Amino acid sequence: MDPRRPSRVIDPKVRKVGFFTPGPPPDRTQSGPAATPPTQSPVSNTLSPVMIPPARHASDNLSRAVGMPVPAGLQLHAHPPVDSLQVGSYTLSDSVLSPSPTQSPSSRVGLDGEFSEDSVNWMKRSNSGKFAAVLPTGRDFTQSIEASIDENSGDLVAELPLQKNPKPLKSKTTKAERRALQEAQRAAKATAKVGEGSKSVATSATSAPAQTSKPVRQPNQKKESGPLLVSSTLVNEKKGSEKAVEKDRKKEMPPPRMQFDDKNRVEKAKKRSVVKQTEARNRVELFRHLPQYERGNQLSDLESKFFQLDHVHPAVYKVGLQFLTGDIMWSNTRCIAMLQAFQKVIEDYTTPPEKILTRDLTSKLNSSVSFLIECRPLSISMGNAIRFLKARITKIPLTQTESEAKISLCSDIDRYINEKIVLADKVIVGHAVTKIRDGDVLLTYGSSSLIEMVLLHAHELRRQFRVVIVDSRPNLEGRVLLRKLVEKGLSCTYTHINAVSYIMHEVTRVFVGAASVLANGTIYSTVGTACIAMVAHAYHVPVLVCCESYKFHERVQLDSICSNELGDPDVIAKVPGRRDNCLDDWASKEGLQLLNLAYDVTPADYVSMIVTEHGMIPPTSVPVIVREYGREHILI
Amino acid sequence: MLDTNALVHDFLNKLKRRQIEGSKATAKLTAELLRSVISQQRLPNTNQAGALIDAIKAIGEQLVAANPVELAVGNIVRRVLHIIREEDLSLTTSAIGGLSLSAISDDENDVEQDNYPVLSAAAVAAAARNALRAPSLQTLLEGVPHSAAVLHSNSSADDSEEKTKSTDKNSRSRKLKHNVIETVNDLIQDIATCHEEIAEQAVEHIHHNEVILTLGSSRTVIEFLCAAKEKKRSFRVFVAEGAPRYEGHILANELISRGLQTTVITDSAVFAMISRVNMVIVGAHAVMANGGVIAPVGLSMVALAAQRHAVPFVVLAGIHKLCPLYPHKPEVLLNELKSPSDLLDFGEFSDCMDSATGIGFPLHVVNPAFDYVPPQLVTLFITDTGGHNPSYMYRLIADYYSADDLVLQRKPTS
Repeated sequence: MDPRRPSRVIDPKVRKVGFFTPGPPPDRTQSGPAATPPTQSPVSNTLSPVMIPPARHASDNLSRAVGMPVPAGLQLHAHPPVDSLQVGSYTLSDSVLSPSPTQSPSSRVGLDGEFSEDSVNWMKRSNSGKFAAVLPTGRDFTQSIEASIDENSGDLVAELPLQKNPKPLKSKTTKAERRALQEAQRAAKATAKVGEGSKSVATSATSAPAQTSKPVRQPNQKKESGPLLVSSTLVNEKKGSEKAVEKDRKKEMPPPRMQFDDKNRVEKAKKRSVVKQTEARNRVELFRHLPQYERGNQLSDLESKFFQLDHVHPAVYKVGLQFLTGDIMWSNTRCIAMLQAFQKVIEDYTTPPEKILTRDLTSKLNSSVSFLIECRPLSISMGNAIRFLKARITKIPLTQTESEAKISLCSDIDRYINEKIVLADKVIVGHAVTKIRDGDVLLTYGSSSLIEMVLLHAHELRRQFRVVIVDSRPNLEGRVLLRKLVEKGLSCTYTHINAVSYIMHEVTRVFVGAASVLANGTIYSTVGTACIAMVAHAYHVPVLVCCESYKFHERVQLDSICSNELGDPDVIAKVPGRRDNCLDDWASKEGLQLLNLAYDVTPADYVSMIVTEHGMIPPTSVPVIVREYGREHILI
Repeated sequence: MLDTNALVHDFLNKLKRRQIEGSKATAKLTAELLRSVISQQRLPNTNQAGALIDAIKAIGEQLVAANPVELAVGNIVRRVLHIIREEDLSLTTSAIGGLSLSAISDDENDVEQDNYPVLSAAAVAAAARNALRAPSLQTLLEGVPHSAAVLHSNSSADDSEEKTKSTDKNSRSRKLKHNVIETVNDLIQDIATCHEEIAEQAVEHIHHNEVILTLGSSRTVIEFLCAAKEKKRSFRVFVAEGAPRYEGHILANELISRGLQTTVITDSAVFAMISRVNMVIVGAHAVMANGGVIAPVGLSMVALAAQRHAVPFVVLAGIHKLCPLYPHKPEVLLNELKSPSDLLDFGEFSDCMDSATGIGFPLHVVNPAFDYVPPQLVTLFITDTGGHNPSYMYRLIADYYSADDLVLQRKPTS
């Protein structure tokens, strides 16, 4: 992916100095200068063997490195002219860590942390087996059809020479690329087998145009949307197998998240879903785009379905139920539980005959993931973990036997849990403790396992400090932390979030955990954290956010409304320890809604410091961590 | 006398036990109590107003001491004192129309030496304010002699009737008492209906399709929102529930019953939601002279969030909440810590207590009742007299309180 943005390639080497990277990140060599196109990003290519037909790379390189004029076929598929191709590639470079922008859209979504229903959709489809190889290229395929409808179909012929072009270059390509090529060819064969009406078009289109259209994906989308949407619907009518065109188009949008205010798609999602969800009544208008379901009835329903859900592994099923009931709540524990369940899935996995482990296992995992999403929307950290796991699966060499692959995958998961969570926590605790001095009054909000470790460690070091635990509804999880700390003999003060401005006078530091840290430095965390940080900021108290770097994400977010999770509204109606709640029958009241937000977004300027295992950084440096270490975390 | 003593004692106990809640209820009860005290007070033949003021001050001091956090008590005491002074002044000015200047000035000197040696500065300030009150061109042109006369007659008003002729005394004493009670009745009436007057202004502030956020529950806020609703404005209200008392639930119920679109959110979601809010409308516990607000706990957070997102923060306050004091460390000194049982059950952590080996008591539960919102976070006050800037509050105080009464405590020497 790198040769297309030479400016970015040079950057990291300069910036790297400022941060505490002990050595150059392992993958630095790949993103070498643009002068060495053949060695470009083999790793990112290998992430998606199916979806990356190599010819495009070759042709791409060719057109850039050799300075050849862009072939006619390229222009055909890149609706905007070559200039915008450049623009497109630069805009792509903005999404610093998108695992491999060169992947085809569907693979990208699959690997991405964002588990939109789209990705689920794709997973399900790929589940069905025979389309698995076809679909990634499906969009390009239809695009070529569109093109043939839009313009004179004679242009299609022009693509064929393009396909031949890269051949001399092939000898230079890396191993990974060669493998990717093989798989692309396999994919092409599979499409041929499917044998749709326009077979000849399809075969010619799948391999070559697939590549040409990709670099310009974003500009394509913007400019085409007008006339091509019409044509694509035409195609839809003509070709039943290409229903996904419209969806694929949407899929390319930067946040590939399911918007639940889109009725059509909600309907479709419902048909697929395993967990029977009934839409909550009295939903908040502002949050129609988020899923909100009635609680309480899914569990029994799901339990009764246990023996029918043969495609869900029992371990995954168990974890899903735990998510649903809220037994596992913290992001770290959720992530570990999920990974361990997947480990079991992998252990019990056998490749069906005539299938390839990498692909079949991915689809199997995808169905598990979609089940988990139905139980509770994934956290960003879990998305990252899944992305890692898939990257590992796709990297398994074909030569490896099944058992070897399984063993290596399981050990990878173990290593991920160990390095990214357990060890990272230890390092963070070590960092954070240096910021606790005698006489400090530390304020923490809610309950974070990491903060708890920090406080207990500081206590073990015999630092003299006091802890203020601020708690709030809906979860009142601060009590759990309070109990643990009081049992260990720490001096604690407990209060509720409204009193935070009262208590803030005596506080010297605020420690909070985070569900995720986003690329613009905002902290995505338990609802209320933003309030705490804001008040602390107003009283000039430093706010330290402790977060493992596996929770970092390249997404950006400005407010807490666009992306969030809705909890059970009944929790709000019931005040603990109060018998007569006046909101008991809230659902029957017209015009009354209860909103139980799960997360909020803390602006970066309220945060003094983010403590990660890579060191203590200002929030402005988050994108650097995401870029420098994010890729590595996919690779490990 | 016994009767009033019993009444006062009863009220004091209620205040001490915090059985009276809400500044409005307290204000009303205080005014009623003072009214009965005044009506039963036997006035001497001379210096009636002075005697009355002394009596009220004595009771007021006790009342304030009973619940120093409930500023409404002090406000009402001061209001009543102010009423007495005003009534007395109007009587005096009508009666002594042509009294000689020299006599008064003598008297004034006496007074300053006798009663108000320390407050002389305040008296001067009051005089200046009175001069301010009639800023007509005429007073300006007539210049010093006239304003001096006003000054003297004002600051010595309470004692000046000593010098008046005894023939007027009986009728005047009755008249003073009568007038004072009349005005106190008006005051009680004002307190009772202040939210109506505030609510009348709702249409001027709430527009169609607005989103309004409020926290906790306040009668004034309910009336305000409902008044806007009755005027056919359709808007949406976010109600933060207001831990630990969760009065927001009551407010939400009330609003729903009046047909308003209501969404209940947790207090922690205030920051998340405020970006979509057009206006924050809240009630207050007391408004300080600098424009700061003593508000139900949690509002400081809301005000900060509103400032961050440039959302207008509007405080509704009846004029009886206006306190003529300037706050010092209000979040501590004018605050009250409620029972920890609102947050944690008493038994909940008893098992941990035993195992705790730390020195001293390892667990504190803090449950303050009020928050202080500094004036720079408040966009607008809406009182029964209209909307005001926080910076204008000190000026309102001059209208309702006499500068002599700002300090209610009598000096230990007198």
